[in-house]
Amino acid sequence: MSDNGYKSGSNLEKVLKAGHFAFTGECGPPKGANVAHLNEKMAPLRGMVDAVNVTDNQTAVVRMSSKAASALMVQAGIEPNFQMVCRDRNRIAMQSDILGAHALGIRNMLCLSGDHQQFGNHPESKNVYDIDSMQLIALVKKMRDEGKFLNEEEIDEPPRMFIGAASNPFGDPTEFRVYRLANKIDAGADFIQTQCIYNMPRFREFMKRAVAMGLTEKCYILAGVTPMKSAGMAKYMSKFVPGMDVPPELIKRIEGAGKGKMAEEGIKFAIEQIEEFKQMPGVAGVHLMAIEWEHKVPEIAERAGVLPRPRVD
Amino acid sequence: MIIADRKPLEEILEMTRPYDNIMLVGCKGCVTVCNAGGLKEVQVLASILRIARKKQGRPLQIEERILERQCDPEYVEQLRDGYDQYDAVLSMACGVGPQFLSEAYPSQRFFPTVNTTFMGGATQHGIWEERCAGCGRCITHFFDGMCPIARCSKSLQHGPCGGSASGLCEVSKDIVCIWDLIVKKKTEQGRLEDLRIYWAAKDWRTARDGGPRRSIREELVK
Repeated sequence: MSDNGYKSGSNLEKVLKAGHFAFTGECGPPKGANVAHLNEKMAPLRGMVDAVNVTDNQTAVVRMSSKAASALMVQAGIEPNFQMVCRDRNRIAMQSDILGAHALGIRNMLCLSGDHQQFGNHPESKNVYDIDSMQLIALVKKMRDEGKFLNEEEIDEPPRMFIGAASNPFGDPTEFRVYRLANKIDAGADFIQTQCIYNMPRFREFMKRAVAMGLTEKCYILAGVTPMKSAGMAKYMSKFVPGMDVPPELIKRIEGAGKGKMAEEGIKFAIEQIEEFKQMPGVAGVHLMAIEWEHKVPEIAERAGVLPRPRVD
Repeated sequence: MIIADRKPLEEILEMTRPYDNIMLVGCKGCVTVCNAGGLKEVQVLASILRIARKKQGRPLQIEERILERQCDPEYVEQLRDGYDQYDAVLSMACGVGPQFLSEAYPSQRFFPTVNTTFMGGATQHGIWEERCAGCGRCITHFFDGMCPIARCSKSLQHGPCGGSASGLCEVSKDIVCIWDLIVKKKTEQGRLEDLRIYWAAKDWRTARDGGPRRSIREELVK
């Protein structure tokens, strides 16, 4: 079914399979139909990353559809990682969108539960959650590998996706997180992108367990990095973003850099992290989520020594 | 049982604005147990409405009644004599009550005075919590007596999601993360391996998604 043994043949899959240290980015579609704005946001990522995550109404705020934005990215010659959440679509819409995404040239997909709509700009809405992220992973795999819909009907041309999933090593209950990761891998995840990491000792511990359980041999794990722009951002994330672990020492370090120098200190920390991840057993790459800071990605990539990005044919 | 909360007084006053003579009917079922629409609540609401309307200079006559249950035609029938003597009838039962009353007495207008919220129970005096989503296919035994469909904000069958923090749900600090409790109980009992099981996508046809439901007990049908 697949060419050259690839599951989808996406650039990200090729880079990872060839054993390169992967580097992925992220781009939130605009709050409007403004294609020029999307192009502006994705332009700095060109050539800097192996694939760009296109978020799906992240934080439950309405934005341009992730499928449309991913397709525009394909047209622009940048590889998208199409995110899909379980909040807004039932299994009918999901399967339809997966077929559509493939038809539009999309070859990577990230399967997520999605932030609850309570956080977003339409808290009055009804959610779906027909299936959960685990079942979405299994669904994409079934469509790709068995060529069947969830109801066992044959698909005339199966969609080929490199299947991604998320993992939050810092969510509670901590001791269960590695098992949930294992479940996602068993369900069919080809790669994992983790939640933003700030607490390095906790992440080292998490990775040790993942390696010990043999998970890193079955799946590529990309460590999540989000550079802090300021101490204010660090404090906000620590206090208000559920499942985020920002150690007080880090907040102090950013704050200590002083006015006008905090962003640089945040970038420095991110680069130190990337350097460590390159050496960390089981880590196959980094997922850089430079939130509304896409233009900083080239500088970070350069300073982190991940350029030029490999070309695998 | 079914839990309900009384509607705000303003809303009930607005409903009854055109009328001078109404009947207020409580229910001795669930709404009595959850203190939303039993005899006491009928008396209290009737008094409040009378006072409010008197202040407006438009006194309201209210007949206070209570039925054994408003979800049973046998008891609904007890309003046959006299239901049409009133401008309108207010029900203090769950959402089933005003509907059963409307079906039995099509010429009368019935109004709900409570908002029906969920199926649950009292966790302490004065506090009720949701426990069942009525999905029509009970799986609580697989999760050590805890229902992820009703009690996880995302109804995840493979939780907890990344938003679980310190035992609480990302949606609100007032919501317990049920998956946190499931994992803790499984861990304590040495059965964490149970949570390595993959659950196939749920068949929602037995839930509300299959359309309004009907339960038939053949042996009871005459």
